[in-house]
Amino acid sequence: MYQYNHNDQILIEERVAQFRRQTEQFLNGEISEDGYRNLRLRNGVYIQKHSPMLRVAVPYGVLNSKQLHKLAHIARTYDKNYCHVTTRQNVQFNWPKLEQIPDILAELAEVQMHAIQTSGNCMRNTTSDHLAGVCVDEIDDPRPYCELIRQWTTLHPEFDFLPRKFKIAVSGSLHDRAATQFHDIGLHLVKNDAGEVGFRVLVGGGLGRTPVIGQIIKPFLDKKHILSYLEAILRIYNLFGRRDNKYKARIKILVKEEGLEKFNEMVEQEWALIRDGLEVSEERFTTMKSHFSPFDYDEKAALNITFEQYKHENKTFAKWVEHNTLEHKIAGYRVVFLSLKHPETPPGDLTSEQLDTIADLAVRYSFGEVRSTHRQNLVFADVKQADLFQLWQLLNAANLATPNIGTATDIICCPGLDFCSLANAGSIGIAKEINEILDDMDYLHDIGNVNINMSGCVNGCAHQSVGHIGILGVDKKGVEWYQITLGGSSANEAAIGERLGAAVPKNEIAQTVGTILEVYVGQRLHEETFLETVNRVGIEPFKAKVYASH
Amino acid sequence: MQVIKNNQIIENQWTFLDDDAPVIAGNICVSLARWQAEKEQLSKHAGNLGVRILSTDDISTLGADLGLFALVELNVSDFMDGRSFSQAYLLRHRYRFQGEIRATGTYLADQAFYFSRVGVNAFSPENLLQTQATLKDFTVFYQ
Repeated sequence: MYQYNHNDQILIEERVAQFRRQTEQFLNGEISEDGYRNLRLRNGVYIQKHSPMLRVAVPYGVLNSKQLHKLAHIARTYDKNYCHVTTRQNVQFNWPKLEQIPDILAELAEVQMHAIQTSGNCMRNTTSDHLAGVCVDEIDDPRPYCELIRQWTTLHPEFDFLPRKFKIAVSGSLHDRAATQFHDIGLHLVKNDAGEVGFRVLVGGGLGRTPVIGQIIKPFLDKKHILSYLEAILRIYNLFGRRDNKYKARIKILVKEEGLEKFNEMVEQEWALIRDGLEVSEERFTTMKSHFSPFDYDEKAALNITFEQYKHENKTFAKWVEHNTLEHKIAGYRVVFLSLKHPETPPGDLTSEQLDTIADLAVRYSFGEVRSTHRQNLVFADVKQADLFQLWQLLNAANLATPNIGTATDIICCPGLDFCSLANAGSIGIAKEINEILDDMDYLHDIGNVNINMSGCVNGCAHQSVGHIGILGVDKKGVEWYQITLGGSSANEAAIGERLGAAVPKNEIAQTVGTILEVYVGQRLHEETFLETVNRVGIEPFKAKVYASH
Repeated sequence: MQVIKNNQIIENQWTFLDDDAPVIAGNICVSLARWQAEKEQLSKHAGNLGVRILSTDDISTLGADLGLFALVELNVSDFMDGRSFSQAYLLRHRYRFQGEIRATGTYLADQAFYFSRVGVNAFSPENLLQTQATLKDFTVFYQ
């Protein structure tokens, strides 16, 4: 993974010193409430319902063992012994004390981590494919490009006070696992007819209150122009994006109001004036790529097939291999998912003990690295198949081997009313209830791939509008209700879910999800997935059954 | 009144004229609207000329007039409105404005460093010392 050089390290240390000074000045009354709010947001500090919340950046979801140990230490020392993995591959602490946050940031800086621009109206953490560099369908590894973009976006002097937040995602594979069609800018690595690598650029996608699928603004951008092209888009957005209404301030609204053609013209005009001289050199790409060189894989890994024997003998292990591991581009290796969706814990939460265990296991089994996924799980990307059985046992002991990746209990969930000051509804409790009605693993596996995304409010942190089943908390005169959508997807065939009907009260939501899944089982043909069935039969059969008793 | 210019605290040498205020001797700065309305008379002014740009103004309308100014004032009415940063970039880097670019109005001391990185070289903030100190916050950057 990327290792900081001297200047990278100086920059984050200077940022810590700056925030320490800002926090002291605020506590002494030398910075206004509103002013400090904007400064702290750009350092990942929210004021939540119960306490401040600190969102730590995990650039494109890559972490090493040392960093995990540090997160464990922070959770233990400054928080309530746990942290939460977010849908932007970041990590949140829900209970830090404001005056201790500069110390936490200083601790993070010791392991090349920071919380810069994880909130506020600025360029946020660049996200990517959690299978970068190891998947079989990759065109080019997105991580070197992500790091280039991370550096360019970090403390960019011109674009730190944008009309609204701005999110960039990069995908390097045929299958989009980074939801790039739902980002302000989505970048797809592609090859042109000459076989050269470049980007297909999408603009104006986004979730939240008004979900929009991004549109292609440039079918092929030579990779050397990536930074100048981003700069052109950002400058146009900064100058012309709406600032009169925060709900109309995202770039998607500018693109919609100007029309893609006009917006494209504006960008092209700007880009033509800046691109010469801002090219990224081949040398810089090479240096960046060298940080992500393939590991020293064991060439004989495929020869050891003992895990096949274990699969044969142990059905639970076999289920885990089937659901929680994936093919690796190197024969004899597998990608292993660590499920953070154990039925007894809130989705995406990790205790200090688990963090320490994962850090140690990463060193033993996966070259010391871990990735976070936008579905709030973790990944060991490079595990020898011969190690799978032993690793499974150790993960199981740490409650990290629930064989439910991609299933109906692998729920994406925001902290909801339980923590967030924005939320109308508590999503964590519902996740637990859904787990209870789906406690039969065989049934869960029979249902197969279903993405349930649940947000406590219309801001949509858990991307409910692209869930195969989306659940959105709404407040009706102080009572929690839930709106359900079906058929959303953030994969290649991107779609925004369709509303099923009237909102459902809290005590009926888990049962409603159960009913929806029963309808699917009754309607599906052959090997059809949930999403395929919904797309074929439409929402009517689901609606009829769910509202039959109303 | 004192201002920060090129990292030093100095006496202010400019007077901003309200749109209905009479022209006075010395260095004067006027709104873009007033400049456009009274360009002919104002360009005969003996002292130096400056123009005040709001975040909502389109600086490309200045065109060749830019050469007549010794000062462009970027007036920030809301510190969350980041258009002034792009305006500064355009003035300094696209239009090659060589004179003083001064950030005025309501902004955070902690925004001065970013302003200085996009071409602003003068500040008239509420808290001079606090603002001056922030200009040294970072010794490294990526852009």
